[in-house]
Amino acid sequence: MDKINTGDTAWVLASAALVLLMTPGLALFYGGMVRVKSVLNMMMMSFAALGTVGLAWVLWGYGLAFGPSLGGLVGDPRGLLGLSALMSPDAVVGTLPAMAFVAFQAVFAIIAVALISGAIADRARFSTWVVFTVVWATLVYFPVAHWVFAFDGATAEHGGWIANSLKAIDFAGGTAVHINAGAAGLALALVLGPRLGFRKEPMRPHNLPLVMLGAGLLWFGWFGFNAGSALTAGSTAAIAWVNTLAATCSAMAGWLVVEKLRDGHATSLGAASGVVAGLVAITPACSALDPVGSVMLGMVAGIACAYAVGLKFRLGIDDSLDVVGVHLVGGLVGTIGVGFLATSAAPAKVDGLLHGGGLAPVWAQIIGAVTVLAYSFVMTCAIGWVLHKTLGFRVDPDTEARGVDLGQHAETAYELTMTRAGRMASYLAAAAVTQPLPAPTPRNTAVTEGAAPGNETTPQ
Amino acid sequence: MKLITAIIKPHQLETVKEALEAFGVHGMTVSEASGYGRQRGHSEVYRGAEYQIDFVPKVRMEILAEDEDAGRITDVILGAARTGRIGDGKIWIVPVDAVVRVRTGEQGPGAL
Repeated sequence: MDKINTGDTAWVLASAALVLLMTPGLALFYGGMVRVKSVLNMMMMSFAALGTVGLAWVLWGYGLAFGPSLGGLVGDPRGLLGLSALMSPDAVVGTLPAMAFVAFQAVFAIIAVALISGAIADRARFSTWVVFTVVWATLVYFPVAHWVFAFDGATAEHGGWIANSLKAIDFAGGTAVHINAGAAGLALALVLGPRLGFRKEPMRPHNLPLVMLGAGLLWFGWFGFNAGSALTAGSTAAIAWVNTLAATCSAMAGWLVVEKLRDGHATSLGAASGVVAGLVAITPACSALDPVGSVMLGMVAGIACAYAVGLKFRLGIDDSLDVVGVHLVGGLVGTIGVGFLATSAAPAKVDGLLHGGGLAPVWAQIIGAVTVLAYSFVMTCAIGWVLHKTLGFRVDPDTEARGVDLGQHAETAYELTMTRAGRMASYLAAAAVTQPLPAPTPRNTAVTEGAAPGNETTPQ
Repeated sequence: MKLITAIIKPHQLETVKEALEAFGVHGMTVSEASGYGRQRGHSEVYRGAEYQIDFVPKVRMEILAEDEDAGRITDVILGAARTGRIGDGKIWIVPVDAVVRVRTGEQGPGAL
């Protein structure tokens, strides 16, 4: 093991904080896109993932992902439960204190889980979602993170099969995070079924400025996600940073051009979505491409995702916020695109098909992508189905019609009219104890002596 | 007494209000409304999915007036609210049985 490098440590800790901010950013991105009656539930699904997956990571998740490999499939968590084994100054990963690596990988696990929630907007039981986050992280994310991120000799002598045997390139998690979450989103959308009124009622985004703010925070945090994945503060991180910029700008342009030509207008939702599509696509690729290759990859991702998001209406699958259209499709474009566009001049030192590397890198990328897709889809169908049959994964139709904010959280997001101000329930209860129940009277009867001066409807 | 209800374009609200004040109307109630007539709505596109928005924003203006003023008030609104383009709105007048001022209990024309 190398000696701890303070510059690397500082960069990775800062990157971990950047990546943490992506999940609240995702909450805004998703929250703005749903209807006014379910924005709080949408944001709470992301915040719940922050809580549950953070806990699971500390208690057993890190061990499953980065413990000594059991056949390349999963880490052995014994010895790493609770992380107290990593307190020693001698516990290092590369040039980092092991805890810095733990922190950085923790926030990846959180956002991977939170991403799935976009597929089941407006209709999920919150308590079942909370259970799902823990089960899915444990059975799907932690093992897949082991396959992709656990390199031989980094945290243990042997790591995961995609990183070490297949040697597919996934620098920052195109497979482990985005294909994984996208396939899981597809599975949950199928298990829960479409929202009431899907393809009939308008389900417009209720607050596009929130979506734009969320996309901005995601982009900001994503520099930690990608450039931080270098795990060193050096040229690899800098190249990943510039490639992340190049692909994202290009994808936004691609998406908006499609909209302008197809629909007649370049939209703000299209700009925000193009940004995310580009970020997703460059995630696996940012160490393997040059900036021009990144521009090409981003352009393909922006155009492909702009078309992919329309498929759900034709297929009748209510992936409400396009987790499949953006994360699964963008993840596939990026992961498989590496096989074509990789250049040995980049830090990953691999030539893709277009740089004379032949078909081998393309096949390795496809095998990595398809395996993660299939594992995640099958496992998530199973987990979702069991939870649906036992706890129930969907609210009743009345609650769905009234809105999950009210039904699941007893809250509403916006207080915009004084007639909805209400009054304190504790006050009503006290009044009921001291006074006999009056005969039913119309609401507009004059206030009688001794009765409460409540907040009557404000006069016009 | 009459109740004059006018549905107008939101952008014409200030013009109409100023014209009514100049005419001598002392009070009115205004609320935001949504609706459509011959104008119908417009379409919006989100991630390629087109939505037809039928109900467009309007302002509903309500004025209580004595019988002999109702016609002229209607003319004032008509003059101020009209842009000549589709979607300018509608005005209707209905008879009112009783009006009470809440603060004083005054009734009839004195409460206007």
